Amino acid sequence: MTALPNRVERKLGLVIDLDTCVGCHACVTACKGWNTENYGAPLGDADAYGADPVGAFLNRIHSFEVTPDEGPAQVVHFPKSCLHCDDAPCVTVCPTGASYKRSEDGIVLVNESDCIGCGLCAWACPYGAREQDPVEKVMKKCTLCVDRIYNDNLPEVDRVPACVRTCPAGARHFGDLSDPDSDVSRLVAERDGMDLMPEQGTAPVNKYLPPRPKDAELDILAPLLEPVAETPRGLLGWLDRALEKL
Amino acid sequence: MLGPEGHRRTDPMPHRQPALDLSPPVSDEVRKTTCYMCACRCGIDVHLKEGKVAYIEGNRDHPVNRGVLCAKGSAGIMQHLSPARLRAPLRRTGPRGSGQFEEITWDEALGIVAERLAGLRRTAPEKLAFFTGRDQSQSFTSWWAQAYGTPNYAAHGGFCSVNMAAAGIYTMGGAFWEFGQPDWERTRLFLIFGVAEDHDSNPIKMGLGRLKARGAKVIGVNPIRTGYNAIADEWVGITPGTDGLFILSLIHCLLKAGKIDADYLARLTDASVLLDEDPRSETHGLYLRDADGKPQVIDRRTGHLAPWDGEGVEPRLTGSLRRAGTTHRSVFHRVAEAYLDARYAPETVAATCGVTAERIRRIAAELAHAAFDQAFEVAQPWTDFRGKRHETMPGRPVSVHAMRGISAHSNGFQTCRALHVLQILLGAVETPGSFRFKPPYPKPATAHPKPHGKVRPGEPLDGPHLGFVHGPADLLVNDDGTARRIDKAFTWENPMSAHGMMHMVISNAHAGDPYPIDTLFLYMANMAWNSTMNTSAVMEMLADKDADGDYKIPFIVYSDAYSSEMVAYADIVLPDTTYLERHDCISLLDRPISEADAAADAIRWPVVEPDRDVRGFQSVLVDLGVRLGLPGFVDAEGKAVYADYADYMVNHQRRPGVGPLAGWRGEDGAAGGRGAPNPEQLEKYKENGGFWTAHIPEEAQYYKPWNRAYQDWAVEVGLFDAPQPYLFSLWCEPLRRFQAAAEGKGRHRPPEHLRAQMQATMTPLPTWYAPLGDGHADPVEYPVHALTQRPMAMYHSWGSQNAWLRQIHGRNPLYLPTALWEKYRFQEGDWACVRSPAGEITVPVAHMAALNPHTVWTWNAIGKRRGAWALDKGAPEATKGFLLNHLIHELLPERGDGLRWSNSDPITGQAAWFDLRVSIEKVRAPRHVYPDPPPQASPVPPAPARVAQKVRP
Repeated sequence: MTALPNRVERKLGLVIDLDTCVGCHACVTACKGWNTENYGAPLGDADAYGADPVGAFLNRIHSFEVTPDEGPAQVVHFPKSCLHCDDAPCVTVCPTGASYKRSEDGIVLVNESDCIGCGLCAWACPYGAREQDPVEKVMKKCTLCVDRIYNDNLPEVDRVPACVRTCPAGARHFGDLSDPDSDVSRLVAERDGMDLMPEQGTAPVNKYLPPRPKDAELDILAPLLEPVAETPRGLLGWLDRALEKL
Repeated sequence: MLGPEGHRRTDPMPHRQPALDLSPPVSDEVRKTTCYMCACRCGIDVHLKEGKVAYIEGNRDHPVNRGVLCAKGSAGIMQHLSPARLRAPLRRTGPRGSGQFEEITWDEALGIVAERLAGLRRTAPEKLAFFTGRDQSQSFTSWWAQAYGTPNYAAHGGFCSVNMAAAGIYTMGGAFWEFGQPDWERTRLFLIFGVAEDHDSNPIKMGLGRLKARGAKVIGVNPIRTGYNAIADEWVGITPGTDGLFILSLIHCLLKAGKIDADYLARLTDASVLLDEDPRSETHGLYLRDADGKPQVIDRRTGHLAPWDGEGVEPRLTGSLRRAGTTHRSVFHRVAEAYLDARYAPETVAATCGVTAERIRRIAAELAHAAFDQAFEVAQPWTDFRGKRHETMPGRPVSVHAMRGISAHSNGFQTCRALHVLQILLGAVETPGSFRFKPPYPKPATAHPKPHGKVRPGEPLDGPHLGFVHGPADLLVNDDGTARRIDKAFTWENPMSAHGMMHMVISNAHAGDPYPIDTLFLYMANMAWNSTMNTSAVMEMLADKDADGDYKIPFIVYSDAYSSEMVAYADIVLPDTTYLERHDCISLLDRPISEADAAADAIRWPVVEPDRDVRGFQSVLVDLGVRLGLPGFVDAEGKAVYADYADYMVNHQRRPGVGPLAGWRGEDGAAGGRGAPNPEQLEKYKENGGFWTAHIPEEAQYYKPWNRAYQDWAVEVGLFDAPQPYLFSLWCEPLRRFQAAAEGKGRHRPPEHLRAQMQATMTPLPTWYAPLGDGHADPVEYPVHALTQRPMAMYHSWGSQNAWLRQIHGRNPLYLPTALWEKYRFQEGDWACVRSPAGEITVPVAHMAALNPHTVWTWNAIGKRRGAWALDKGAPEATKGFLLNHLIHELLPERGDGLRWSNSDPITGQAAWFDLRVSIEKVRAPRHVYPDPPPQASPVPPAPARVAQKVRP
């Protein structure tokens, strides 16, 4: 059992736009590339070229089909990583204090030197956002690229999580969700950003922007076309008159 | 303290935070080069630690990707470190296909190859067939092949998307992907047809993100709703092969409502050009021309004939001329007649396309609404090629992108043409808000070379291999009617095969038709597996022997960086480097990285040196060129002109002052575009992040084909040598010339058996005909359309050797729509036998609702042969992964006319992958997919069991 901080000064997190995510997995490998090289142990891959490869990823994309009552089936790409919950059950369940939530920005991290790999945190997380590294056997999770976002060795523009920097469609946004005037908070307000599984009571910091209406649900503004001619001769005459007016 | 269940509870650990290093050093050094994980060519920052690659991210300054990078690009480190990397030149020791090799030295390997090729060159250079796959150096490889003197060279365009490229160039002087892009900032309505990932992947994602951010509408037309189509505001799940009919129906609706840009059509396209309508004339159906050969229009100012480009001429859209008893009318008359016809009415086409008539009408209305009701003007004066000054640039905010889904059909060329005609009728090409070309485009089809194929032993070819034909006289056919090229490109069967027909090379070489070859030399083309039709048969052909026990294809040389399936069939393997270990130029002579507002090119350079005995293929070609004494590669004394490919990139001049790289030319490096070679050029590229850009002046940003300021700028930077304004071609004269030949006009006539098909398919205005395979395979016996798509996280074969990417796409079930899933009572985990007239496969299936109800599909090139790519033999890519290629023959099934028709577009020869029809039967789950070729021995050591990637001091 590990205590959460009494209060956090900021709530850094991600806002993920499900209307824009094309499911390309760019964020998945950008995350793996940065984090295997940086925070803690490398992100290992067991049976890497074999029958059943199992690697540690801090961020994965799931794709779902949704079949509405009216209109064709839809596909939603759903990127999922740690949501850095206010009431993070993965922290409170930790027997060694290895899991903790930072008081200055709310980021949930694992102190790998204290982690015994018991896996309780993965069991406690309702989102499946924690994975045990198959090689080092420590628990791995999204660090929100804590070693990028404050990193003086990076230009300021690059002090964002690797997944945000790389997202080709611009579907991932990073910022302080405790500040109602931040860009991310505004996006959440404008687009009815949602908590993932709010009934779990974890109070996640990350938010998801829902897909906009599609297909049959769309408002069509274009007026229907009125015929000006039924025959080629009619059309040519109409065009001649129209062009003379130019 | 005991809890309620009696367990011992402890007080919580207090909140405590270890001290973290929040500013770890990112790397020792960043080297900026160009990605090579697809044809996108993004800029990358390669971070090095201890001299090793530690991390790769997108280059923020780069014009293509502006910092972003896709899943493949970010996983590039695992490509660079792949266990499948070849290590040294190889000589085959076992039978072809076995994968048994011995390592030999470069001197030995190049000696063997050079001796063989030198002999062929002296006697019969056409006996070398040199084909490259995903080669990004075609302006160099083709130059080498031309110097060698074989007519048998092409890259992979013929089985990829030549229809898209050629239709664009013949119609509007440019195409999608690297050659043009939507006006992302201004477009209001964006349509994508047949696009999965394919070309220009990151720019399309970036563009979609921008459209989404400002609420522009996206319509996705595709039988499969994944990726871009998943986020499209509206999805049109069209029946495969019917896009052309759908597009022509949209055109029907727009014409009927007068919703076309008549002024644009009159001034900037051939709609106003008069046609020779005298049926007795040899030029019947061609443009009416004056004595100088200039197409004629009626000048509205005078009512008389005038040349299309005359100073101040105002062409009449609906012009006509009565002369010698015949009325000659403008192209627009024919457009109106063709497309107002009831055969294109929404009600007529709805059932075939699988799209309701109401919906077709509504989408037409949305196109009109965006193009005309939401039109705007950019306050930018410009002067057109007739000398007329315009105060503004009118905008038409409708844009389109399309790819293999519409082009890889036997009606693909006409479908792609139809799409461009739709764009042009709306005035939505090169206008603000619409579709914009990227330098070196726009460029008229007539400015491209024509194909060349004249062989002279010991001498270079008479000109470039590939090009654009404009009529029967340009074909590469001998007097006896036989083909000059091994792939039979530029013959009557597929006259406008601008990219060659790589997919026919192996079967033709195996059959000795049109003639036997000696050496098949391939680069980066996995033709023993996913990069061929009819894979099982092609593997047999590569290993087939004649009565004397000799291989029917006598000698095979292959260059690849990795242990692919094709490697196993080579006699000599020349190991290439990874993309981080090589020089390349992404050249304006070829397929550069330009943007709509700037010309741009780029380099790759060895950010790390290889740790194996491998060499960049292009440098190997330079070496072979010297050993063979090829003109251009050696000087008068026989000494090497270029030390290696990097030397060529800097010092080669294609035309005086114009070389592979346009940046920092001139002895002082101050010139862009034209200038003398600069020995410091590559250093300048490296300093600038690996690329060079030249901004197009504001006045020249739009209306480029007709804009004097653009034409002058293009000459200044060396894109071409004189202004070359042109009109868009609604009417395709080259097609008409072939059609006329099929009618019996002119000196060159096609064989009798092709004439009816040519007349029906080679119409000068876009038409739609059912995919040709439908007339051969029984649609009742094979009722289901079967497609593949490229996943965004994989590039063909390459992804499977990547430890990270194969965890994303390690399996590829056949996805079935709900109707078929229920009809055959499939359940999760089931398998199916899938049959076509060409063969059968047994594969795992999965359900997907967001699909056209008559279509099944799978991811492309996930399946692998056991033993290839350094994967374990039990890897799911080999046990459960599969290719549809086994079901797709390069020829159509026999239909009793004594002929074998090609399974390709009869105009361009584009492989008709997506015409495939299959039947499906539920079968008991086997242990393994079928077919299951025997494993190939691996020429590389076994892959490590575990990966834990981190550069450690």
